[in-house]
Amino acid sequence: MSPALRHMRYVLAENPVTAGAFVGFALLIALALFGPMIAPFDPLASDTDIALQPPSLAHWFGTDHLGRDILSRVIVAARLDMQIALAAVALSFVFGSLLGVLAGWYGGGIDRAIGRVVDTIMAFPLFVLAMGIVAALGNTVGNIIYATAIINLPFYARMARAETNARRDAGFVEAARLSGNSDARILAAQVFPNILPPMMVQVSLNLGYAILNAAGLSFIGLGVRPPTPEWGIMVAEGATYIVSGEWWIALFPGLVLMAAVFCFNLLGDGLRDIIDPRRRT
Amino acid sequence: MRPLLDVVDLCRRFPVGKSQLHAVDMISLHVMPGEAVGLVGESGCGKSTLVRMLTRVLDPTEGSIRFDEREIGYIPAARFTRTPDRALIQMVFQDPTESLNPRFTAFDCIADPLRRLKGPWTTAGLKARVEDLAGMVGLPVELLGRFPHQLSGGQKARVGIARALGPEPRLLILDEPTSALDVSVQAVVLKLLDDLRRRLGVSYLFVSHDLNVVRLLCERVIVMYLGKVVESGPVEAVFATPRHPYTKALLSAIPSRGEEGGPRIRLSGEPRSPIDPSPQVCRFFGRCPLGADACQTEMPELREMGEGHRVACHTPMD
Repeated sequence: MSPALRHMRYVLAENPVTAGAFVGFALLIALALFGPMIAPFDPLASDTDIALQPPSLAHWFGTDHLGRDILSRVIVAARLDMQIALAAVALSFVFGSLLGVLAGWYGGGIDRAIGRVVDTIMAFPLFVLAMGIVAALGNTVGNIIYATAIINLPFYARMARAETNARRDAGFVEAARLSGNSDARILAAQVFPNILPPMMVQVSLNLGYAILNAAGLSFIGLGVRPPTPEWGIMVAEGATYIVSGEWWIALFPGLVLMAAVFCFNLLGDGLRDIIDPRRRT
Repeated sequence: MRPLLDVVDLCRRFPVGKSQLHAVDMISLHVMPGEAVGLVGESGCGKSTLVRMLTRVLDPTEGSIRFDEREIGYIPAARFTRTPDRALIQMVFQDPTESLNPRFTAFDCIADPLRRLKGPWTTAGLKARVEDLAGMVGLPVELLGRFPHQLSGGQKARVGIARALGPEPRLLILDEPTSALDVSVQAVVLKLLDDLRRRLGVSYLFVSHDLNVVRLLCERVIVMYLGKVVESGPVEAVFATPRHPYTKALLSAIPSRGEEGGPRIRLSGEPRSPIDPSPQVCRFFGRCPLGADACQTEMPELREMGEGHRVACHTPMD
């Protein structure tokens, strides 16, 4: 077994909570990949004869106002929600850290220019900014991803800037110059791997935030449109029925959403420990 | 014999608001092939700035740096990285912990300059070369897979030396290579450095404020004060008969020499500011125990005062 794998196993064995978060993450990925195959019913097929049934053996999570199986809808929704969260976080991670690393490395005018752009984004209430972007660009999955990516970008940019700045004059950077590395190579091969561990914590926290953001946009009607199964819409649809006692429609998608966010938040520390070689003994 | 490194009138000024900080001011020095030269001076005298210019990671404001008969001072630092001379000037850093990338194993730390500056390598060839270098600096081959945090201070220092020697430099600049080490480890590392120089014929520029180390390892010594060379010459001559009052005070401060070197000279007063210094006043004026009138009206030039022994003082001591 390679040292990296052995180290990963060591971290997971040391920390059962992290191991649990990894299992949860694997489950979510599995749902996203195989959801439509696992789902017991067609998530879009409505049958008004069985509308608003509470959880039963046939329909574990009950049925909604159109008689659709909520369990199936929750399972199938995982793919879309994960897609949005992962794509948005990947985008903001890539562009945010690129901007941050450049700002922290070159300083001066570049730093000020990037800093002001980031400050401008931060000046808006982020959810309102996301609403504005989706409202302006149109109600598509792609635009939800872009909006979520833009509002998360400042966190990566700021962190990458601070971490890079702290290492700009480090001895190993100067040594890398003497070893014949160009600036670009120093940034990519020497500085970036060193700022990765704290960034990974940010990535996992952000995954939870991105999923909540996407669900939030759908909840207020600015995201994915019905009848597409998506956790945020399902909570929104179920919300109107809570007062009349049909609690299961909103509860189960909400619980899954909460579990996913919880799992992402726990993932961060584990990811950092796996990536940081200083934790190896 | 022609000098390997020949520096003439090198200057580096940094802007401080509207003023200029003269970190290195008209410094000339040379290092012969295979020679070990010590560079001493207190903190803030411009040693590090000088060293960063000589290693060509910092561009000089003025002056010339000739290396092996080639003028390299005007090549911008970013471009110098790609010239063949990059391999020939290497450096051992002061802090062995901070100068090793925490995410690189000892092997990768040593292999990085080889990959960039030498080669192309086969996997086996690179491994053999790295193990060869590890053997040369006395680093057990089993430790090559370790990360810096898993190595001791002395082992990290050895990794740093192996890394610098990998590209087969002709000039090795050592920036207080032992000041971050335990005293017991210091002696071992210094012995290693001395042996390596004799075996490989590399020239050393040894930056230190440990004068005993300079006396032991170097053939010539250059004393800097506030961006200027105040005295230079063969180690025996400078240590036996320091002519500049600053050198004399520096030598009298060596603990073990307290008695034989005469009474300790205590310097009073503050060092002059390196920001927009007057070109007429000696940099040491105000702290100098002698301080004649001429010191305030004319900057003393370096003058030959014996075989290779040069002093910049109006009232040299004997």
